[in-house]
Formats: sequence, structure tokens, C-alpha cells
Amino acid sequence: MNRKIRVLVAKPGLDGHDRGALVIAQTLRDRGMEVIYTGLRQSAAQIAQTAIQEDVDVIGLSSLSGAHKSLFPKVMEELRKREAEDIPVIGGGVIPEEDIQFLLDHGIQRIFTPGTPMTAVADFIEEKVQGDSV
Amino acid sequence: MSEHFTEQKKTWEQQSEKVKERFPERKDPFTNLSGIPIEPLYLPENESNFDDYAEKLGFPGQYPFTRGIQPTMYRNRFWTMRQYAGFGSARETNERFRYLLDQGQTGLSVAFDLPTQIGYDSDDSMAEGEVGKVGVAIDSLEDMEILLDQIPLDKVSTSMTINAPASVLLCMYIAVAEKQGVPKEKITGTIQNDILKEYIARGTYIYPPKPSMRLITNIFEYCRDNVPKFNTISISGYHIREAGSTAVQEAAFTIADGLAYVDAALESGLEIDEFAPRLAFFFNAHNNFFEEVAKFRAARRVWADLMKNKYKAQNEKSWRLRFHTQTGGSTLTAQQPDNNIVRVALQALSAVMGGTQSLHTNSRDEALALPTEESARIALRTQQIIAHESGVADTVDPLAGSYYVEQMTDEVEKQIREYLDKIEDMGGAVQAVEEGYMQREIHQAAYEAQKRIESKEDIIVGMNEFTTDEETHADLLKVDEKLEQEQIERLGEIRANRDQQLVDERLKDLKEAAENPNENLMPHILACVKAYATVGEICHTMRDVFGEYTGA
Repeated sequence: MNRKIRVLVAKPGLDGHDRGALVIAQTLRDRGMEVIYTGLRQSAAQIAQTAIQEDVDVIGLSSLSGAHKSLFPKVMEELRKREAEDIPVIGGGVIPEEDIQFLLDHGIQRIFTPGTPMTAVADFIEEKVQGDSV
Repeated sequence: MSEHFTEQKKTWEQQSEKVKERFPERKDPFTNLSGIPIEPLYLPENESNFDDYAEKLGFPGQYPFTRGIQPTMYRNRFWTMRQYAGFGSARETNERFRYLLDQGQTGLSVAFDLPTQIGYDSDDSMAEGEVGKVGVAIDSLEDMEILLDQIPLDKVSTSMTINAPASVLLCMYIAVAEKQGVPKEKITGTIQNDILKEYIARGTYIYPPKPSMRLITNIFEYCRDNVPKFNTISISGYHIREAGSTAVQEAAFTIADGLAYVDAALESGLEIDEFAPRLAFFFNAHNNFFEEVAKFRAARRVWADLMKNKYKAQNEKSWRLRFHTQTGGSTLTAQQPDNNIVRVALQALSAVMGGTQSLHTNSRDEALALPTEESARIALRTQQIIAHESGVADTVDPLAGSYYVEQMTDEVEKQIREYLDKIEDMGGAVQAVEEGYMQREIHQAAYEAQKRIESKEDIIVGMNEFTTDEETHADLLKVDEKLEQEQIERLGEIRANRDQQLVDERLKDLKEAAENPNENLMPHILACVKAYATVGEICHTMRDVFGEYTGA
């Protein structure tokens, strides 16, 4: 038991803002998780593929370019195509409140907006993964 | 009395007179509300300080430019108020530009969408969902014609935040100007064209460093002969800071990048004074007021020293670090967004006290979305209040001589130089970028800053302290989702109606030129642009030859 939680932190689309993604990745590592960071400009298919190959427990998507309504659902679709939709997906970035419900309806588990403490993200992932395994 | 001081003072008086002939002082006389006259410049009173003053501060407009690059700074003319804008289609952005000019803005600044910045057309699969989102979508010359419609390019200077495809967008700008009857020798503005900070912090790179540096030196060379009034690069610390660096790192890494461009240009055979006067800089302004002021003053002093003493530039214009400032986007909070107006005002004030040449003030809602027209207006008004109501622009470098500011300036300078030495030891900025050195330093600083916020060692008002129950944010700018489809359709029409054979020939020429490292690509790109070849087609042609960068 006590396999380390594995997280994929991914940057879909063309957005180059990765400060948040990198800081989240390091926070999660400090909490004892194993984090894979994709780097910039990943297609939805690449993200889904990496998530499966790396056997991650959670996928975190980060977008600050305003393209989240197009990009996040595409990742969900690619996961479904590979029958991997059971991997929980969370998201963060510059995402207006009014878009959040749309993203939740598309299967994203939770959206973290600017100002969220990193620890809240880490707590959520721990609860999610441990909760699922009970 | 120190001879050096007396001599400098005399020069300053003569230079000030010259400026006044061209641009009379804004007021005559300058007084405050109590009727006390305000001098253009305040100096040490004690003669024993003159030598030290002449060496470290000097007079404004003179080496080492600690007090500013012009003799009279804002006494005659305010800084250029230049708000960065762009979203959706060229037509929408053109309307916003004309609105901002009507509101008293004095220069344009174009934001391009990510596909344009990374060299993809709107109908490329890589562009899906991104068209028109963070800036305006430009595919062909026709979009640029619409973007600049009814804007007189002989009068308005335009800054374009474009890097990897800077050559393409500059050529489009030249082509539109020519259509307006404005020769390329007369157009003014800036292209960002700073690829190193894209690898370090901003992410819109296309090609590997070597061909990217070639494109940049090609632009320097072409503009020296053809577009002499355009700033050929804006060496940017802004994004380095946004990515999480400290103020010192921002200045140090920016200057290190600047030196790499200078070295590349020299290596390509240019003389220092042929291009150094057209180098411009772009800095950030965050909340720690005096630290920011010290950063601007120290950066000027370091650059002047390097250009004059290390690179032996003769032209004084080569010594001057001219810069644009934008207030700090990452300091804005999504919570209680109106508080951001106050943050922006403080940051803008630091830029003015630091002697900026132009300024963009962020809008209160930018942690949530692109600014609405109302938010953009408040941001511009913030600058206008500083300019017209605060009186801080009535004398040059009003903080000079403060023990705190001068010692902080010295300390920031010292730390900048330590970083510069370290980077030089690594073999320069290109090498340091390829090794990921600056990226790691920045990331570490970002992580430390986040930890301080979470432990409440650093208080961010409205976010980790003084919070309220979350309000909802109505009235955010939304980019029309239909835009992407419309842009793709228009692009299809352009492709259908242009002379395809001509486009193919021009692209083939470009490819051959790209394969010859001694050929300047600018005339070839200009020819492609004029034939209505698209940004994506031109960039793909060069991708075929240069390859793509995939990260450090």
C-alpha cells in the first residue's frame, strides 16, 4: 500500500504561462506526490496518452489563454476514446466563474481559480485519490 | 569645485535649452499650490559631494544616466501612454484602438493572439480554440490593413508584441504604411523581437536559438538601412518578472539577454553604434515602490557602463537604456478586483519616478479576463492623474539624493552585476538559457514567493487577509465564439482570391534564402507578405529549414 500519488500537470494549447503549473508541481512534490510535467503546447491527445502511459491518478490542466472551454473538454474526449475517463481531471488558471459550470458539466472535477492556496489543491487531490481507493 | 560637475552642469543647461526649443516646458512657471517655484532639477548643495554625484548620478541626459535619459524628462513632455490592446478580429481591435486614441492615448500597442505569435494560421489544427483569445488574429496582410484602417502611420507610433514572427509582422506593417503613402523610413514603433525571454519565461518561441538570433540580426541590419526610426527589439524583463523572478533577476537577466543580442549583431558584422541606439527595453513594475525605482535607476547605470566601457560605443545614444514599463499583471488579484486600481496606481508611480519612456497600466479585471472598455479607461485615467494632478512629473528624478533610494540603487546594481558575471562565466545568455539556468532561478523565486503568501508572511490584501465573501464578477469581456469560424472563412477567401503562383514563387525564394546563412531574410519576407502569403505559410517555410525548438 501507500503507493505515491502520481499526478500529471499539463499545459494544453499554445499558452506559455507556466508559472502556476510549475509552482503547483513543486508543491505536490513537496507533499510526497510524484509529478510529471508535460511542458508547453500539448495537444489533448498527447495529454491523454501521457496520462495513461505514466499511469497517473490525477490530471491537472492549466490554461491562462482563455481557450479552456475548447481545450479542457477535448482532453476529456481523448480520455474517453482511450477508456481512461476514470482518471480524475482538475483545472486551473484564468477562468471566469461563469465558465466553471460548463467545465464541470464536461466532466472536470474541480476548477481552481487565481488566489487558491496551493495546499487546497494538494488537499483536494489527496482526498480524491484516497477517497476513491476506499 | 569639481570640474567634472561644473562641466556636466553646463552641458545639461545647453541640452535643456535645445530641448525647450523643440518642446516648450508644459508650464511657465512651474509652481505648487502654495506658490513655491519648482526647479527643473535639484542638486546637492554641498560642494564636497559634487565629485561623488558627478560619477554615480550625473546629470539627466548624461552618462551614466542614473537620473534619466533626457535632460528635462517630463518637464516638456510626459511619457508615452501606451495601452496594450487587442482581441478578436482585426476590425474589433481597430475600433478599440481608435477609441483609445480618442481618449488621449498617445501610442498604439498591439496584442496578437497565440496562433499569430507562434506562426500558425487561424485554420491550423494547432490554433483551435485560441483564435482571437489573448489578442488579435492576423493571418495575412489584409488583416493588418483592417487593423490599421484610418490610423495615420506617419503620426502614430505602434508597438507590436511579437517575437518569433517579428520579421513577418514588421513587413506587414511596412506594407500597410506604403499603401497609406508613408515611406518605411518614416514609420515609428517597436517590435518586441526578444526571443531569449521566450525561451526563459514566455513560451512563444518557434525556432531554435541559432536561427532565431539570425532572424533578429537580419532585422537589425535591414532596419539600419531601411526603417531607421523603428525600435528593432524590446529586450524584455516584463515576462521574466511575471514568471516569478525578483526585481534584481528581472533587470539582470534582461541586461544579459541584451548583451547576447549585441554580441550576435557584432558577430554578424554590424558596428555597435549602427544598431545599439535602436535597442529598447521593457520592464515590469510591482508593488514594492522603492525597490522598483532603484531597479530602473540601477539598470540604466549598468547598461550605460557596459555600452560605453566594455563595448566602446562612441554614440551617446548607444549608452542610453530607454524603456517601456507595464504594471505587474501577476500582482493583480481576482478577489476584490477594484483594489487592483490602487495597486496599478502605485506601480505606475514607481515607473514614472524611475524615468520610464512609455507606460502601460493594467486594468483591474485582468486576473479574470481581458479588460472591458470601462476598465481600460480607468487604467488610462490612472496615468493621466499621475501626469496632470500629482505634480511628480514637474521636476526631474525627484527621489535622487534620498539616502534610501541611492543606497538601494547601489545595492541593486551590485546584485545585477553579480548575476551578469555568473552568466558571462557560463558563456553568455544563450548558453545559460539552453542550460535552463535562468528558468530554474526564476522558478525557485516563484515558489518561495508562493510559500510566503500561503504562510501569510506576505499579505496580499483581499486575498489572504482582509477577505470578504466572494462577490461575483459581472461584466467581463468575452470574445465572441463565432469569431474563430469567421476568421477561418475570411482566410479561405483570401487564399482563393490571391495569385497563388506568385505566392508559391515567393515562398520558394524565401526557402532558398533561409538555406543560405549569409542572406538577409527581410526583403524575401516582405515580398511574401505583399503577395498575401500568410503568417503560417511564411513561418512554416522557415520551420522546414530551421526546425523547431522543443524546450531546455
